[in-house]
Amino acid sequence: MALVLNEEQGMLRDSVKAFLSERAPVAHLRKLRDSRDPVGFDRKLWLQFAEQGYSAVLVPEAHGGLALGAVEASIIAEALGRTLTPTPFLSTAVLAARAIARAGSATQQAELLPAIAAAETVIALAVDETSKHRPGAIAAKATRDGSGWRLDGAKTFVLDGHVAERCIVAARTAEGGLTLLLVDPRAAGVQIERTLMVDAHNAARLRFDGVRIGADALLGEAGAAGAVLDEVLDLGRVVVAAQLLGLADAVFELTLAYLKERRQFERAIGEFQALQHRAAKLYIDIELTRALVLGALQAMDADPAKAGLIVAQAKAHACTTANRAVQEGVQMHGGVGMTDEFDIGLYMKRARTLQELLGDAGFHADRVAAMGGY
Amino acid sequence: MSDLESFRRDTRAWLETNCPPEMRRPVTSESDACWGGRHFKFQSEAQRRWMQVMGERGWTVPAWPKIYGGGGLSKEEAAVLAAEMRALGCRPPLVSFGIWMLGPALLAHGTEEQKLEHLPKIARGEIRWCQGYSEPNAGSDLASLATKAEVHDDHLIINGQKIWTSYADEADWIFCLVRTSTAKKHTGISFVLFDMESPGVSTRPIVLISGKSPFCETFFDNVKVPRRNVVGELNAGWTIAKYLLTHEREMIGGIGDRGAVKPLGQFAADTVGLDEQGRLRETTLRVQIARFEIDEAAFRLLMQATGDRAHHGMGNPAISSALKFYGAELNKRRWELMASAAGADGLEWEGERSHDGTVARTWLRTKGNSIEGGTSEIQLNVVAKRILGLPGA
Repeated sequence: MALVLNEEQGMLRDSVKAFLSERAPVAHLRKLRDSRDPVGFDRKLWLQFAEQGYSAVLVPEAHGGLALGAVEASIIAEALGRTLTPTPFLSTAVLAARAIARAGSATQQAELLPAIAAAETVIALAVDETSKHRPGAIAAKATRDGSGWRLDGAKTFVLDGHVAERCIVAARTAEGGLTLLLVDPRAAGVQIERTLMVDAHNAARLRFDGVRIGADALLGEAGAAGAVLDEVLDLGRVVVAAQLLGLADAVFELTLAYLKERRQFERAIGEFQALQHRAAKLYIDIELTRALVLGALQAMDADPAKAGLIVAQAKAHACTTANRAVQEGVQMHGGVGMTDEFDIGLYMKRARTLQELLGDAGFHADRVAAMGGY
Repeated sequence: MSDLESFRRDTRAWLETNCPPEMRRPVTSESDACWGGRHFKFQSEAQRRWMQVMGERGWTVPAWPKIYGGGGLSKEEAAVLAAEMRALGCRPPLVSFGIWMLGPALLAHGTEEQKLEHLPKIARGEIRWCQGYSEPNAGSDLASLATKAEVHDDHLIINGQKIWTSYADEADWIFCLVRTSTAKKHTGISFVLFDMESPGVSTRPIVLISGKSPFCETFFDNVKVPRRNVVGELNAGWTIAKYLLTHEREMIGGIGDRGAVKPLGQFAADTVGLDEQGRLRETTLRVQIARFEIDEAAFRLLMQATGDRAHHGMGNPAISSALKFYGAELNKRRWELMASAAGADGLEWEGERSHDGTVARTWLRTKGNSIEGGTSEIQLNVVAKRILGLPGA
């Protein structure tokens, strides 16, 4: 498959970019942050995501969705990376939508998928338990309890966890296999703490103490959710990689404009070769990430079970590139780059979060080595 | 069945019949490749035959027009041929500067007579070309070249010296930049072709840090060249030189693509060994190799994306500088890691065990990748100015 967007994908990219830069530019994030908004995103904007079809992108047609792929979801994520817009898109329309579409019963799908497509709900995925992403070491316990389940454990870095109507919680059964449970956060024994994060995007810590869960809340097969979770996490990783790419693009545009406009020693600072070469290298890194991320997205859409290696490569590469982009961005902006007034710092904060999310460059380099047999 | 599918089926059948088994193994080094030319010593009968049968079909240069010795294939057909050759592990039947560099320049700028005279010989591997560009005082600032050509009615007289002429001592003809006017720097340069057997041409190999001599100094002492061997207009050679440099950059950039060689991680697993968990015994090296392989994958896809974008009319020619820069740096990194993974064994300079010091010599040779064909610094200048639009100098 050619490594370019097709015509429809190009149109989607242009329209989502225009929609977000008009409706939710970086100032939108500042407003939510400065007003200490209790929800952390704009519910009206989320509903507009449904009008635009963005929240329905991965939902099957039978449930009111567009049944598009990772490429299309990432076009939206990339635009969100450019404008730093907080929305439940990743938690709900990507991670939850894919988990429910892959593993959900007919009843669960009929109940939840149309609500996701219509942006009428928020559903969080709770995987991480340690400060580093380590899905192989999930310790939350799902214990059989009559016909249903009892859940014990703690989760951290749960996106939109404090506003979610449901949480998909990954836990281990007594036999050691992974199980996904659909938990109502209002149930007895659930404690939720919103964590205000450096990037002013939503996250929460969740605790489950003997939470009783009905048999109908089991998502997929008990003790055999490993493959589904792998696919959902890999989809999330490549979508986050695309978001990092959009972020790096936006930072680079800001920085390049500044190099052309800022004058010292009677000339534009962009005339200095020391800066030109660093800008050129950064440009090349961004182009490398762009090619690798698109390759990973196409692989994900072709066969998720075979996309693990390239997804790990793409997430690692996007982390490294975005990290370099924000560091060079702040440095090349000089003193104003350190001020809260300039947007560049907001990009740096968001890049840090997106790097940690679903595995940083080190985590994915380790996967690449393991998959390469070394 | 579509035309392309039947082309694919026929191509595969033909390759299976005609590609000798010895030619279905990866090329191990520059000296293992088939370069063609008057004096070329084939390494095997299979190598000779593979070049010959592919040359007869024009598939040494599949996309060139048939009348110039090419295969006359469409882009899609050429891609099918390349894919089928890859699938069977077929080597390129012929590699040469004629194919990579002079051919494209002649197709774009040559006269009909020049194309008919030179292109078919390139395609059939009869004439091996070298490139006379750099001079002792014209490296990164190539346009300051001083090799002088006096213009007479029907011929030029050339005096001067070139340096870093790849394989000048094995080449039959040279495409050469000469100064035909001193009035202006860039518009006083002409692009000429001549036979290396012409009286007054001599070469002297340069021994590199690798102990090998892929480059020469080349001297011209009153060399007489017919006027009709000037490509393009007199004093307008710089345009052709730049066009050709783009192709050279793409070619050198391509060295960042390892092709059929074993992945670095597997090489290191064999040399360094694995622990009980199946991890490299050298933990720092393991991370460095993983990060290298990630960048290598990105580079491979960017090469592919660049081709696909050009095909869809979305290309930027200056991207070749970005690819040249990154491919060269990547290859240097690969061989630093290879040398590290090989450890003390990789230091051996001679003898069968080390294949005459392949690791050490290749490691050293790659240091030139970021110098030849325009230094990494020059490529970054091009990216900064032509792609990013940064001002000045």
